[in-house]
Amino acid sequence: MMKRGWVTPVILGILALVLPFTISSYYQHILILVIIWITMSSAWNLLGGFAGQVSFGHALFFGLGAYGGGLLYQHWEISTWWGMIVGPVWAAVIAIPLGLITFRLRGPYFALSMLAMCEIARIIFTNWVPFSGGAVGVMISRTWGGEKLPYYFIILAICAVTLGVVALMRYSKLGYYFLSIREDQDAAEALGIPTTKYKMYALIPSAFFTGLAGAFYMNYMAYIEPRVVFNLEAISIMMILTVMLGGAGTLWGPVLGATVYVILAEVFRTVPGVKEVHVLVFALIVILIIMFLPDGILGEWDKIKRIFIKPKQAM
Amino acid sequence: MNYFALKNVVRRFGGLVAVSNISATIEEGEIFGLIGPNGSGKTTIFNCINNYYPANSGEIIFKSVPIERMSTHKICEMGIGRTFQVVKPLKRLTVLENVMSGAFLRTNKVRVARDKAMKAIDFCQLTERKDLRAKDLPIADKKRMEVARALATEPSLLLLDETAAGLNLKEIETMMEVVKKIRDSGITCIIVEHVMKFIMGISDRVMCINFGQEIATGKPEEIAAHPEVIKAYLGEEYVTDR
Amino acid sequence: MPRPVGGQLHSSRGGIKKTMEFFLESLIEGLLLGGIYAIVAVGMTLIMGVMKIINLAHGAIMVVAMYICYALFVTLGLNPYIGIFVAMPMLFGIGYLLQRYSIRRVTEVITVLPETQVLLTLAIGMALIEIMRFIFTSNYQTVPVPGVSGKALYLGEISMNVPMIIGFVVAIVFIMGLHLFITRTDLGKSIRATAQDPDAAKYMGVNTRNVTCLTFAIGSMLAAAGACLLLPAYYLFPDVGHAFTLKAFIVTILGGMGSTVGALSGGLVLGVAESLGASYWQMGYKDVIGFVIFVLVLLFLPGGLKTVIGR
Repeated sequence: MMKRGWVTPVILGILALVLPFTISSYYQHILILVIIWITMSSAWNLLGGFAGQVSFGHALFFGLGAYGGGLLYQHWEISTWWGMIVGPVWAAVIAIPLGLITFRLRGPYFALSMLAMCEIARIIFTNWVPFSGGAVGVMISRTWGGEKLPYYFIILAICAVTLGVVALMRYSKLGYYFLSIREDQDAAEALGIPTTKYKMYALIPSAFFTGLAGAFYMNYMAYIEPRVVFNLEAISIMMILTVMLGGAGTLWGPVLGATVYVILAEVFRTVPGVKEVHVLVFALIVILIIMFLPDGILGEWDKIKRIFIKPKQAM
Repeated sequence: MNYFALKNVVRRFGGLVAVSNISATIEEGEIFGLIGPNGSGKTTIFNCINNYYPANSGEIIFKSVPIERMSTHKICEMGIGRTFQVVKPLKRLTVLENVMSGAFLRTNKVRVARDKAMKAIDFCQLTERKDLRAKDLPIADKKRMEVARALATEPSLLLLDETAAGLNLKEIETMMEVVKKIRDSGITCIIVEHVMKFIMGISDRVMCINFGQEIATGKPEEIAAHPEVIKAYLGEEYVTDR
Repeated sequence: MPRPVGGQLHSSRGGIKKTMEFFLESLIEGLLLGGIYAIVAVGMTLIMGVMKIINLAHGAIMVVAMYICYALFVTLGLNPYIGIFVAMPMLFGIGYLLQRYSIRRVTEVITVLPETQVLLTLAIGMALIEIMRFIFTSNYQTVPVPGVSGKALYLGEISMNVPMIIGFVVAIVFIMGLHLFITRTDLGKSIRATAQDPDAAKYMGVNTRNVTCLTFAIGSMLAAAGACLLLPAYYLFPDVGHAFTLKAFIVTILGGMGSTVGALSGGLVLGVAESLGASYWQMGYKDVIGFVIFVLVLLFLPGGLKTVIGR
């Protein structure tokens, strides 16, 4: 996919650089959310879509990333921008012992033990008040007030780096090994692949970039609380569903899925009446996708093309 | 110095003793056949050799190093490759990508891995199929791909588990040629087989087992005529000219 | 998961008697809670054992049942202990349909992401919960059953929450009923056969497609029963479904997949552990106990308690 279709990414890139100048502050905010979600979904996809280790608890790293800056500010009044380093780093560091424990488990048990880990973290951050500030969370004043553009370009850079790293890994030895582990872990071992080591090589960047997104979130939203940043449904599960929708194990699947999700959420948020219908609609879409296009939109692209090309040929 | 030796290997599953005190020594460069009726423990032995699960007792020695407690990937690194009785293709990857996954054991560079993989693919006569997805291959090609993949790890000992099962006569002959080429290139092979034409036509020595125990070991002609073997198998003599 | 509404917890003020009473009260509360955890989990363990799928829609099914009872209570004044007999068949039907037309289709498919089926049940659960939220809003509801809710029975100085007692008793009855059903009836045997070896079961003439649908239906029905038993004692709001699913899952893993005895012992162990934890440590950390047990069991006793008990 490197050689063909480089036109689309270039167009998207130009669009990403130019678009924010042409739209209002509200739409800039939406765009920032899209980019945050693209970053998170791509990071998850590295571990889940490429290495086949489906984690139901990635909000753990998001929350740790966010609280990296949050705690710095809370305890020592240090700017949360330092959290952009501390957050992802300590998320990645914590991922190491976590992975060593949970990678002993396979499939759904791995998935749910990650969920358990995230919930444990959420409960600790909610209840251990002297450490985290408790359920009330951390609030700061925004560096650039209501101005969105500087935030936008920061997260855009983060996203670009994330996508770049994922692509590099995908087309290197690491990528081949990840896919082998995903397709058949036992066969991979018999080919001399130290599977636990390579799962860690997927987990650590995955945790790092998710944490980076979280750290950015802290600085952008200027307010975090455990219930939000360690959230199971809105973050952990959503990361999975966005990747599934777009196509797990592809480079652009998470981009597509994240974009659809954020836009859908906003469209429904503005519809008068029930505010959380977007979750219902998204869940229904995911159900249909799993039943009929289980590898996601980009994963099933051949199948989709065939549906549209056949009628043309008949004419 | 033994190249490869099994010493009193035992493997139990609960109350069932699947492999009972099996011992064998294998010379470098030979093709060693392992035959026995269904369920006699052949694949179990393979699984113990590469530690898919460990032997309960006994020793397995490769190039003077005991490997019975080594992890599977280290065993492969040391130079033992294997194919599986029920093929394990990396389904969504192409043939080339499958074989490259093996080649990466000996290199970190994508280009080098690709070259090594292409060599193995050509060796196994799969060149035209290299860009097909593994899941779309017919069984014979899947088996040859598995052999190519194991070869790409540059083993010095190759364990081939029923590579001829499910193949028609023509495919069996192709496979036999491939295995002979493997031996000629200096790789030692242990072959588990049911297809007598294959194993008797290729092996230097053969061991027959039943119920996890050794019945007889020797040259193919001797084994084919051995009364115990015939008894275990309701005998086939299928010694072809080599 | 919120604590039961009603019932009391005396604090320890020194003295062996008070300490013992405090302990016993926590213990009993834990056992009662455990019984209800058990019936919540028994449906899930059945589904996991037979169909080898992890049903993350379990909690959502419970919430649907609870809202049905709630709606009946609010519109018709129907006591939830009777409403349970309306909710159970309804969820039997819903469960059957879900399995028949949705979940079953995804069993055979091989996808990039290995956990597609689990994710499907997750998405179904989310959808159900959101539908409930749409109809009933996110507000916390209670179903105060006259003469039952908020009442406590006293054994000396030890108080026991009445709705929990009723729940516990009914739960035990249902679990025993299920156990008899699974072991004594033909359908039960077909279910166990399908659980052990679906292909062999097919050869023996078992309609495995029907069996899996019925199993899911029965599992949903039991989840509904457990939910309605909890209704007089808990707050009802859409998101409580997620907490139920997690609890059910922890108990299922703790007790061992596919084992009714396991679900019962797992439920009791979890209930007691949480209750003691809440009393002696801090209430907020109560749920951590479950998760820690979960991870420990997965790592060190993967078959669950049933391997220790021997069933």
